[in-house]
Amino acid sequence: MNLHLAFFGGVDPWIFTFSFITVAVTLWMGFRSAKTSKTASDFFVAGRSVSVGWNASAISGEYLSAASFMGIAGMVMSSGYDALWYPVCYACGYLFLLLFIAGPLRRFGAYTIPDFAEGRFDSPMFRKIAVCFVLFIGFFYTMPQMKGAGVTLAYIFPGLPYWVGVVLVGAVITLNVALGGMKGITLVQAVQYWIKLFAITVPVFVLMAVVGFYNGQVGANVAPGETATAASGIQASASPSTSIERKPLVAKAPADTAWIAPFGPLTTKAVNAAAAALPVEQRATFLTEHQKPYSLVYTYSLIIALVCGTAGLPHILVRFYTNPDGVAAKKTTMWVMILIGVFYVFPPVFGVIGRNLMPELYSGVGAKGTDKVVLELPTLISAKYGVVGSILSGITCAGAFAAFMSTFSGLLVSMTGALAHDVYGRMLRPKSSSAERMVAFKLAAILIGGVAVTLGCFVEPLEINFMVGQAFAIAAASYFPLLFMSVWWRGMTMKGAATGMLTGGLCALGAAALTNLGTLALDKGPMGKIFANFAPLNGYWAEHPLLRILCEQPAIWSVPLAITLMIVVSKATSDQVPADIRMKMLVLHAPEKLGLKQEYIQDHQAGAGH
Amino acid sequence: MSSPTPNHDDVVHSEPFLRSLMRRQLALSIACAATFLVALLGLPLLNYFAPDFMATRVAGFTLSWLILGVLFFPFVWIISYVFIKRSLRLEEAEVQELRR
Repeated sequence: MNLHLAFFGGVDPWIFTFSFITVAVTLWMGFRSAKTSKTASDFFVAGRSVSVGWNASAISGEYLSAASFMGIAGMVMSSGYDALWYPVCYACGYLFLLLFIAGPLRRFGAYTIPDFAEGRFDSPMFRKIAVCFVLFIGFFYTMPQMKGAGVTLAYIFPGLPYWVGVVLVGAVITLNVALGGMKGITLVQAVQYWIKLFAITVPVFVLMAVVGFYNGQVGANVAPGETATAASGIQASASPSTSIERKPLVAKAPADTAWIAPFGPLTTKAVNAAAAALPVEQRATFLTEHQKPYSLVYTYSLIIALVCGTAGLPHILVRFYTNPDGVAAKKTTMWVMILIGVFYVFPPVFGVIGRNLMPELYSGVGAKGTDKVVLELPTLISAKYGVVGSILSGITCAGAFAAFMSTFSGLLVSMTGALAHDVYGRMLRPKSSSAERMVAFKLAAILIGGVAVTLGCFVEPLEINFMVGQAFAIAAASYFPLLFMSVWWRGMTMKGAATGMLTGGLCALGAAALTNLGTLALDKGPMGKIFANFAPLNGYWAEHPLLRILCEQPAIWSVPLAITLMIVVSKATSDQVPADIRMKMLVLHAPEKLGLKQEYIQDHQAGAGH
Repeated sequence: MSSPTPNHDDVVHSEPFLRSLMRRQLALSIACAATFLVALLGLPLLNYFAPDFMATRVAGFTLSWLILGVLFFPFVWIISYVFIKRSLRLEEAEVQELRR
């Protein structure tokens, strides 16, 4: 258009402006709040004075990451019905947290899972083991955030390589955290939630008003058993709901019947790959025998990972202590479920409309694939309404920035805290001064930010939502059994807890890593060359599709494994149950009005100092 | 039980009190979790054994899509609302029992 725009090389000014404002406001709020509250206790005390509404918004704001904002829509578009399990279980996982863990853990007064691990078993040693998983889960969680950053920047600045976006966003947030900004202040996180909700609902309603509503868009896809006069997909005039326009699907897109029905492309991938390796005449029998049973296993394993994983996410549990009392904590949890539930209805709508009207994304790979459907879809209405499309696209980009920035900085703060406080402050240099610890915190932030950015550069071929699911699977096999069992079973010993948590968690971690290496080896881009050595894995999995599924979704065996080990080893070492276990259990379970926590602290004052 | 203060502590720290406390709370949690799990784990089974029924069109959605994509959220809100009401009442009752 004019010289100024030509300089930016095809950058849409509206999209750029909205994104820039979001980043600037987030950074400014971070710095401002960092000035007013310097210490962790400031944060917690300030937190205790906020209302249920603000606190629930803050928890939701920290929870909704790039996976929720961009990944779910992308995955619904690429895989259809099966991907709906992700938003549902992300939201419903909080129920498990509410029913079994949130209340007792809050009464115990442990701020983090490592705090709880140490307090419950009187073992500083166990604290160190527990800290490792903050880092393991954290890194798996930061990779998809980095991919979100790379995809968004590559969309705003067409022509910018994926890795530049990752490095840029990673560096900005890391420096911000290292300099003391973005401390996960309640207000910042709460505002982030409302930005995200606004950024997903406004474009979705405008889009639906223009191109047709959610039900009609789903209805334009032919379900199994229906007559498919519209199978060509050019004009869905004869499909269940008329008047919805569709563009022809590309070759790489899944067919309507597979997409709209359960046990579709997501859960049958392994069996289909195995069938493709068989001689042609055996394929049909192999598929009918194995396809559906194996997808059922996949579905259940996914559900277990997500529901149990939510209850074991270290950066979420912390926020439950910012409530004034138990009643408020429970009400907060309910409001969190309502707030995130309302949000999670909408991302799949983008996926569905994207399938009907932007099928060209199916052919894209990496940053150009379905993961960017949320960002690009609003531009559809540009043809009719001109600049409105760009403005809406700018709004979704702003929401995406809010999503990966808030989650990445929250994770970075908790991981840096673990490294600087627990590893450096307690293990390496217990006698270090507070100035030395500040330096350690900054160095740790840069180190962790650097590792996260490096990992982020490798994961372009992997789906955002899938990677977050893996972080949940690791949490489900490590922290969830630890919390659940230690809260409800008094016979747990430190050795039992440690054995179960380490074995379950490391098995899930290894399985997730193997899956990713196998997928990366398949990539046609540069990553395929780097990871070419792992290609034989895929050959092995083609012969054993069930193993592939159990590797891709490990929760179905790793969670029971962790719990069984905890029981067996605890029974074997039952003489090592903490001596004051009855008091500990009372503090966990008795109503706060009885004031047992105070009593417990007095008993323990001579014990391990904080 | 006429002078509440000294006896109160004995009751609180007694084994039967802790047992009944944990049992009652766990019973409530398990009842709520069971309701939730029946729906959550039952849906894949319905999809598996009654695919045609679950593919019935309801206002454009398939039945299965409507349940999972829309109706599941309010269902969970209701469970959590009931749980919170009951658990607060339970805690109140526990405190009252000790004060008596």
